[in-house]
This record gives sequence, C-alpha cells and structure tokens, in this order.
Amino acid sequence: MTTAGAGTNYLNADYRVRSWLLTTDHKRIALLYLVSISVFFAIGGALAGVIRLNLLTPYGSLVQAETYNKLFTMHGITMIFFFLIPSIPAVLGNFLVPLMIGARDLAFPRINLLSWYIYVVGGTFTIVAAVTGGVDTGWTFYTPYSSTFANTNVMLTALGVFITGFSSILTGLNFVVTIHKMRAPGLTWSRLPLFIWAHYATSLIMLLGTPVVAITILLVALERGLGIGIFDPKLGGDPILFQHLFWFYSHPAVYIMILPSMGVISEVVACFSRKRVFGYTVVAVSSLTIAIVGFLVWGHHMFVSSQSMYAGMIFSFLSFLVAIPSAIKVFNWTATMYKGSIDLRTPMLYALGFIGLFTIGGLTGIFLATLAVDVHVHDTYFVVAHFHYIMVGGAIMGYLGGLHFWWPKITGKLYSEAWGRIAAITLFIGFNLTFFPQFIVGILGMPRRYHVYPPEFQFLNILSTAGATVLAIGYVLPLFYLTWSLLKGERAGANPWRATGLEWEADSPPPTFNFDRTPVVTAEAYAYPSLPEASRG
Amino acid sequence: MAEHVAHHFEDAEQQREAATLGMWAFLITEIMFFGGLFAGYTVYRSTYFDAFAEGSRHLDLVLGTVNTAILIGSSLTMALAVQAAQRSRRGPQVVFLLLTILLGLAFLGIKAVEYGHKFEQHLVPGRFFSWPGPHASNVQLFFSFYFAMTGMHALHMIIGIGLLIWLTIQARRGRFTGSYYNPMEVSGLYWHFVDIVWIFLFPLLYLIDRHVH
Repeated sequence: MTTAGAGTNYLNADYRVRSWLLTTDHKRIALLYLVSISVFFAIGGALAGVIRLNLLTPYGSLVQAETYNKLFTMHGITMIFFFLIPSIPAVLGNFLVPLMIGARDLAFPRINLLSWYIYVVGGTFTIVAAVTGGVDTGWTFYTPYSSTFANTNVMLTALGVFITGFSSILTGLNFVVTIHKMRAPGLTWSRLPLFIWAHYATSLIMLLGTPVVAITILLVALERGLGIGIFDPKLGGDPILFQHLFWFYSHPAVYIMILPSMGVISEVVACFSRKRVFGYTVVAVSSLTIAIVGFLVWGHHMFVSSQSMYAGMIFSFLSFLVAIPSAIKVFNWTATMYKGSIDLRTPMLYALGFIGLFTIGGLTGIFLATLAVDVHVHDTYFVVAHFHYIMVGGAIMGYLGGLHFWWPKITGKLYSEAWGRIAAITLFIGFNLTFFPQFIVGILGMPRRYHVYPPEFQFLNILSTAGATVLAIGYVLPLFYLTWSLLKGERAGANPWRATGLEWEADSPPPTFNFDRTPVVTAEAYAYPSLPEASRG
Repeated sequence: MAEHVAHHFEDAEQQREAATLGMWAFLITEIMFFGGLFAGYTVYRSTYFDAFAEGSRHLDLVLGTVNTAILIGSSLTMALAVQAAQRSRRGPQVVFLLLTILLGLAFLGIKAVEYGHKFEQHLVPGRFFSWPGPHASNVQLFFSFYFAMTGMHALHMIIGIGLLIWLTIQARRGRFTGSYYNPMEVSGLYWHFVDIVWIFLFPLLYLIDRHVH
C-alpha cells in the first residue's frame, strides 16, 4: 500500500501491471470494465456494419443467408450480454456508487474483481465460439432450434453467456449491500442521488432475473449435450416453456440496460439546469416501480407463440402499466428544465437526445404492447427500430452522456467541449437516420432477420445504411478526443461543472480510498438553488 | 481499528451486517436459480401426473428418507459449530465442522449409490433410457428433472463441503472468536439453504402419489 502523499491518486498510486490485474479498488475495476466493454462494443458495432452493408441491396450481395444469420446473432449477443448489460453499472456504477454515498469502496472488493474476471472468461468463450464458426440461433436461443437442430457453436456461446451472467449477479449483489450498509452518516434514503436509486433498482433485477436465465441456458446446453428433453416435444417437453423462462429474465434485462441511463440523465439534467430534480421522490420510486412491474410483462414477447388469448390480454395490460413510471420520469426531467438555467454542455446534449429518443422508443413500445397491432408488426423492422431506440437511443446515449459528465472525475482531465458537442450531434443525426426509416419499412411489412428483401424497400434501407455510417463516425470521434484529453487535456479540478454530490467533493482523480475522512451529509440531493454562485468552481 | 475489520468498513458491526446481507442476497439468487427448475417441474407434473407418479415410485424411498435425516442432522451440527464459534470455543468448532463434512459426504455417497441403481435400471435419460410401461417419454422427462434437480443440489453440496474444509482449517488456527465469526455464520446460512432445497426436493420427487401402492 502506498502512503498517500500530495498528488497521489488511484491512477498514479502504482504503475505495475500486477497492481491493475489484482486491484480491489472499485475505480480501477471500473476502468478494467471500461476497456473490456469497449472491445465488445467495437466487435458488436463492426458486425452491425457488415449487416447494414449487406442490406444496401435487396439481393444479399455481400453475405450468404447462413453467414447473415450468424452476423445478427453475434451482434445481438455481444451488444446485449457483453456491452449493454454491464455498460453503465460495471463502469460508471462501479466507479461512482461508493463515491456518491461517501464510502471507501464497495462492500465486497474482491468479489468485485472476481466479477470482472468472470466477465472476461465468459467473453473469451463467446469470442472463441465466434471465430471457430459462430452461432446462428439469434440472441434469443429459441428451442427446439438451439437445442436440437442448429449445427453451430451453440454450446460454447451458451456457456459464455451463462458464465457472464454471474458477473452481473455479483455486481448487483455488491451494489445492494453497499447501498444498504455503507452510506455516509446523514445520507438517508430520501437524500440519495437518483443515480443510486436507479442502480439499486437495476441490482434487484440482476439478482432476481439473471439466475433464471442462467438455469434456462444451462438446460438448453444439457439438452444439446445429454438430451434430457425438458424443452423437447418428442418427450412431451415444451419449447414454449423455454420462451417463458427466457423472457422472464430477458424482458427485465431491458430495464437493466435502461434504468442506469435514467439515473445518469437525472444527474445531468439537474446539474445543467441548476435545479433540484422535479418530484425527486416520484422519480426515485418510479425506478423501483419499473423494476417490479418489469417482471410481470414478459408474455408480450409471446403474443403469437400460442399463448392463450387471456394471458395475452393480461400481459398487454401490464405492459401498458410500465409506461406510467417511464412517462413520469420524462415529464419530471422536462419539468426540471422548466425555468432552469440551462447550459448546453456535451453531457446535457446527450441527456436531451436521450429524452427525445427514449420517448419515441417508449411510445412505439405501447404500439407493440397492443395485441392487435403486435400481430401485424411482430418480427418486422418496426420491432427492430423500437428496441434500438430504447437500447441505442436510450441506453447508449445515457452511457456516453454519463461518461462525458464524469470523465473529468475519472481522469482528472477536461476534453474538448467543441468536439464533444460535434460528436453528440453527429450521433443524434446518425442514429435517427439509421433507425427511423426502419419504423416505416417495418410497418410496410419488411421482416427482420433476412439477408434479402423485396426491392421496393431498398430506398429506406439505403437511408438506414447511410445513417449507420454517420453513427459510426459519431462513435469513433470520442475515442480520439477523449484519448487526446488524457495526454493534453486541461486539469479538471475537483468540481468542473459546479455539481452537487459527494463524488464532486473528492479530488479528481480521487485518491485510492476516496475520502480522507468519512463525509457527513446534511442536505438533500441536488441542493442547487441554495449554492452561492461564487463560492465554488 | 481491529485487525479483522477490512479497510473500507467503519467497524466490525458494519462488516458483519454487510457479510450477512450479502449472503442473504446471494441465497435469493439461488432460490431464483432453482426456481426455474421448480417452475418447469410444476408445469410437467400437472400435465403428466400419471407418468410422474410412476417415475416417482421407482425412486428408492428408504435411501431418500435416510438421506433426508442425514442432511437435517448436518444442519444441526453446522448450527452447533457456529454457536461454538460465537462462544470462542476452538475444539468444539473443529469437531462439529468435521461432523458436518462427514454427514455431507455420507449424503453424497448414498446419492451416488442411488444414481448407480438408476444407471443399472436404464432410467438415466438419453440414449440408454428404457421403460417397459406406458408413457415412456414422459417418465423420461420425470427422470430428467430428477437428475437435473438432485444433480444441481449435489453440486451445491460439493461446493459447501469445500467451504467447510476451508473453515475447518481456519477454525483449527483459532481464527473465529465471539468478536469475529462472519465466514462461519454466512457459510452456515449457505449450508442450511442447501438443506432446505432438499427438504423441498424430497417430497416433490420421492413422494408423488405413493399411497396407491
């Protein structure tokens, strides 16, 4: 252990490789995760690029049907299990949860490191599966195709996903215990930052949902390997049971991806509007409501899977219910900005992008929850556009917004504001150009997961591919100016945005144990109006 | 600060509470993990009740009952080991831990004998499964659940025995006293959980519609 001298922080405390690979510091583990999920994001993005290139023409000019099936499967698996689910919790959450609640680390630092190693092992399995032939079941692993008929690397991939699930469980477990037991004196539940509330709700889903998908995927593997037949109609098993078990996790998993982003948006909107979040309590409770109701809606993925009509009606109704807490958040962020002193910095641009895109994604979700409409658009590009508005327009916008917001805290450096804004706007334009045409082409009837399509859909597909190019530029830009900021960026100081919250009271970058002495909290979160303008910054 | 309090905790009390809550949270994930199997079991048992009852009658009631008693006994010795740690008594800790390990191994041994019988009777699902009576495929489904559920349970026992061996070594060194026994307490919680899973498995698998005979 290094004794803390002046200027010693978590980054320069020790430079040896060993000190990174065996670290138990939540901030260093966050950076390990940042690097690894970025690798998977690049892989998933490249796969999406090939998919979009192939769809430039209606004839499947670039890849064959079998290759195309592998491309969208591996795009889905890498993006969902290896990028989106760990993204904000494992990087920003890992870094910020202890700092925001005034703790020196998460409750179980070694388990935190273990979760990263589990993630790496699971990821390695999946990469090996991909380069030794790939897998073509779709990220949903539907039986009996996955359990009996597919001739691709289902086993290895399924094992990779199974293993990675445990890293998610351990992260959630660490957050729940840390938030319950390690808050600084005075930091009551009603004073917690909304980022913490969002992570608490997310962790509950990780704890309750992930084990179910783990056993489900294990059963698929056992069926492939040993023929135990729980999903095999030949033995009286039921493939639909797989869908129930799979979506019991995989629908709530959507909330694992979006809730942390919502937490980020609450922080960013409050800071750059200089106002307390409107209706703090309702926004906090709506996170929990989304987590709970989110467990009761899985059947809306199965409206056309021989589920009974009455089950369909109930799942449809429950899916409408999730719209209420989601809408509460959108309205309350808007109300927070109302009469605020708005500063359109880079993170705020991402937050505004999030609010707009999430609203479109959410409203089209209501279309899909409507039984009759879903029968028409099920498995079309309308669904593809809908969930990309939530997962890319929502979750990734939130992730990038958060990364820009806390970058000065994480690295101690300021990035170029001009480039930051250019990238944010490029992403917003590129995103809409990519995915809005997919709503139209989906309504017109273009099915998802085919490498060819009727020629009349070509114009909209060209627009979509053009948009993907712009989107790619938007994703590459931060790589350059953020790296540049590490080398040449101005020093950030402890609190460059004059934000509230305990994380801004620690140095940038924070010392290894975050706080020299445990902070004491005496005020509510987001006490912006009472801040004397001149005293900070 | 006491030596056994990790750097990031304020005091021993906070550390103990965090460890206990962490184990409870983990056990909840375990309930959901087994829950997937229990849900599938429930669906098929109600759909194919006759086949499941028939399969159940081919399980060894005597060995199953003996194993239930052994496992409950091991929960008792585990609880006594935790209590000995709370009272800082080193000798009894080690003795009760060793007894728990022994009972756990006895359970696994009997389970292995049962598996062996099933193998000889061609009741292991897969290519070599054979069933002379009606509902052969559904009976095979019953045995799929039997092996998946008891196998998963046995895997948890093996992990538990690994934990107990580590605890015994630590206890011999006198590491656990009334002021610090977190590992002992949370491992105890885990062991009792594995025990409780069996308490559910035993009637669900062994005791379906036994009164007919």
